[in-house]
Amino acid sequence: MIGNLISWLTQVLTVTWFNLSNIRARLGWSASTIIGIAGVVMVCVGILSIASGFRSTLASTGDAESIIVMRSGSGTEMMSGLGMDSTKIIGDAPGVGRGEAGALASSELFVIVDVPKKSSGTDANVPLRGVSPAAYEVRGDFEILEGRTFEPGRKEIIVGEAAAGEFAGLDVGAQLRWGENDWTVVGIFSTGGTAEDTEIWCDAKVLQPAYRRGNSFQSVHVRLASGDQFDTFKDALTTDPRLNVKVISKADYWADQASATAGFIQVFGMVIGGLMGFGAIFGALNTMYTAVSTRTKEIATLRALGFGSGPVVISVLVEAVLLALVGGIVGCALAYLFFNDFRAATLNFQTFSQIAFAFAVTPPLLIGGIVYSLVMGFVGGFFPAIRAAYLPVATALRQH
Amino acid sequence: MKYLHLLWANLRRKKIRTSLTLLSIFVAFALFGVLSAIKAAFGVGVDITGIDRLLTIHKVSIIQPLPISYLNRIKATEGVSDAAFAVWFGGIYQEPKNFFAQMAVEPEDWLRLYSEFVLPEDQKQKWFSTRTGAVVGRVTAERFGWEVGDRIPIQGTAWRPQDGSSWEFDLVGIYEGAEKSTDETQFLFHYDYLDQAMGGNLGIVGWYVLRIDDPQGSVEVAERIDQQFANSSNETKTSTEKAFVQSFANQTGNIQQIVTGIVSIVFFTLLLVAGNTMAQSVRERTGELAVLKTVGFTDRQVMAMVLGESLLVAILGGGAGLLMVWWLTQTTDLGGTMFPTLFMPVSALISGFGFAILLGFVTGAVPAWQALRLNIVNALRKV
Repeated sequence: MIGNLISWLTQVLTVTWFNLSNIRARLGWSASTIIGIAGVVMVCVGILSIASGFRSTLASTGDAESIIVMRSGSGTEMMSGLGMDSTKIIGDAPGVGRGEAGALASSELFVIVDVPKKSSGTDANVPLRGVSPAAYEVRGDFEILEGRTFEPGRKEIIVGEAAAGEFAGLDVGAQLRWGENDWTVVGIFSTGGTAEDTEIWCDAKVLQPAYRRGNSFQSVHVRLASGDQFDTFKDALTTDPRLNVKVISKADYWADQASATAGFIQVFGMVIGGLMGFGAIFGALNTMYTAVSTRTKEIATLRALGFGSGPVVISVLVEAVLLALVGGIVGCALAYLFFNDFRAATLNFQTFSQIAFAFAVTPPLLIGGIVYSLVMGFVGGFFPAIRAAYLPVATALRQH
Repeated sequence: MKYLHLLWANLRRKKIRTSLTLLSIFVAFALFGVLSAIKAAFGVGVDITGIDRLLTIHKVSIIQPLPISYLNRIKATEGVSDAAFAVWFGGIYQEPKNFFAQMAVEPEDWLRLYSEFVLPEDQKQKWFSTRTGAVVGRVTAERFGWEVGDRIPIQGTAWRPQDGSSWEFDLVGIYEGAEKSTDETQFLFHYDYLDQAMGGNLGIVGWYVLRIDDPQGSVEVAERIDQQFANSSNETKTSTEKAFVQSFANQTGNIQQIVTGIVSIVFFTLLLVAGNTMAQSVRERTGELAVLKTVGFTDRQVMAMVLGESLLVAILGGGAGLLMVWWLTQTTDLGGTMFPTLFMPVSALISGFGFAILLGFVTGAVPAWQALRLNIVNALRKV
């Protein structure tokens, strides 16, 4: 029994080694399989890295203590509206953290302004957020990278790091005119690579008259004293008869925003990747059929010498899978090289405003790419392997 | 042509290889077709929007409203023959993911401006006379299974009736696009209904659409309009509908370029693979070509046959792929709700065929040249 197994394994190794050692004779064929599969894997991983980068940028916006309060039924801040009295009640609710200047609750306005994109020169919708003094402490990672922050009451703006990189004319000291108002850029800020880095900020009190919002706001951004007080805070607000609000964690809010665009890119990537996969499999099949047919005589000789059909099947499969693996590795490496950390900005369809993000080629994507290449290799080797196994020995040997 | 049967016999000799090669070329070109359709959909409207339509929006951003009083002043502007306005409603039907455009308009004005929205006459009249009436595009109606006579509840987000009630619309018509490229997803209802629910004193609109007498003069008319409202508290920005749609498409950004870029790489990768296969299969037949020459075929005839074979494969495989996608996008709603107006432009069909012919030439060129130069004695010695 054991003896049989060992002899079978020896056969497998012998035939496989024999196949692989003369792969150089079929270099042209093998190369086309590798190139085909590498291309498919690169594109698949590349497109999916756009979706994963978009998702992770948005998901990183907000930790367990970060909460957004909007009018109930609002999908986004843009559609929401809250009166001054409501925002006061929200700031006094139980669970809200306390900072140096009082409650960690920032009443904010969210509008859109047109700023030209650096890459195309055409206007893009950039979010302009009016914030209250608590805004900086409410965001955990806020820091000024260049210049200073705006002075309350003045028409000054600070620009998020990603916005400054993506849109033209937003350098410190620049003057901008929106409507009847002239604004001066006084600083560049970072919130630690979150979606809010694509925004422009100013004093909410200055934005209210400029956009004729009276005393109203659109959302209240809150930092809780601790994450486990979410339910207390939420219950207090949703049961308060004076309010009609929706309480959502910032992470969930942005995850919602990401889902449509990221989902769209993901579906697109998979459909294209799947279609291309077929093309690559046809190529691999061709390669392996050729490999089998050019070796008809050798295979037949081996069979005549007493080698079983199992080892022949396995040797063909191993060759196909190895070629595919090489292709998969090359494809993943290229995808990582070209796409990882590639910076881009796109339209967030929920708020019709721009979000800048970096493509992310993540380990799960790379593993997925390798697995996909192995599947293509297996399918591409399977049918030729079967053919090799059923070669009629006598006719095959008769061929010249 | 008289050697066609010879070409065909050659191809049929290795049926599996030929069909696999054809299939991989088929896939590559089908992919090309799908992508050019998607690319066209990204820029949808850009090629097909009315060239005589202009759009006037608030200078700061499209989300800023404009006074309704601008309508008459815009209509009176020299060069403007007609105008209408719209308000973006942005409501939610059941769930936020069921997104489609909803706009409050003056029905008669709107249908005059957008004559490509085709509505049966009785439905049109019904809409004009029903204040809570709404019409919707065929694609959206099919998406949610709506029929004329249905009552459609939509949750307001930015717009909420003052009395706290919810929005309900009577579906009185389903419009179809006059052309394949017309947007058949919009939901349109009476501005009056919105106005009254909001207290009857709304006074603002989202944007204006206007038709001009002479498309050549669009720049001058746009300037004339914007000048009228310059230095007011609501300055305007007027551009052709085409430029507006284009700028919106630009906003989705370089992602689209990147996606189309990488996929073109793959298109060429697949072509490389297929081409390599075709070239290899000719190389394997060096001996046979020598025999053909021996029995009297001229160098040129042999070369033409080699080239013809690769051209035949490229055109058969590529053509089938292109035509399939073209046919699918013409006859089905392949794009679903994601790309409601997915269709493959004829220009893409033509350039696709161009690529197929190019593929045939490129892959056939080297083997054909080798066949031309083939020395009978040397070649036969190798057999």
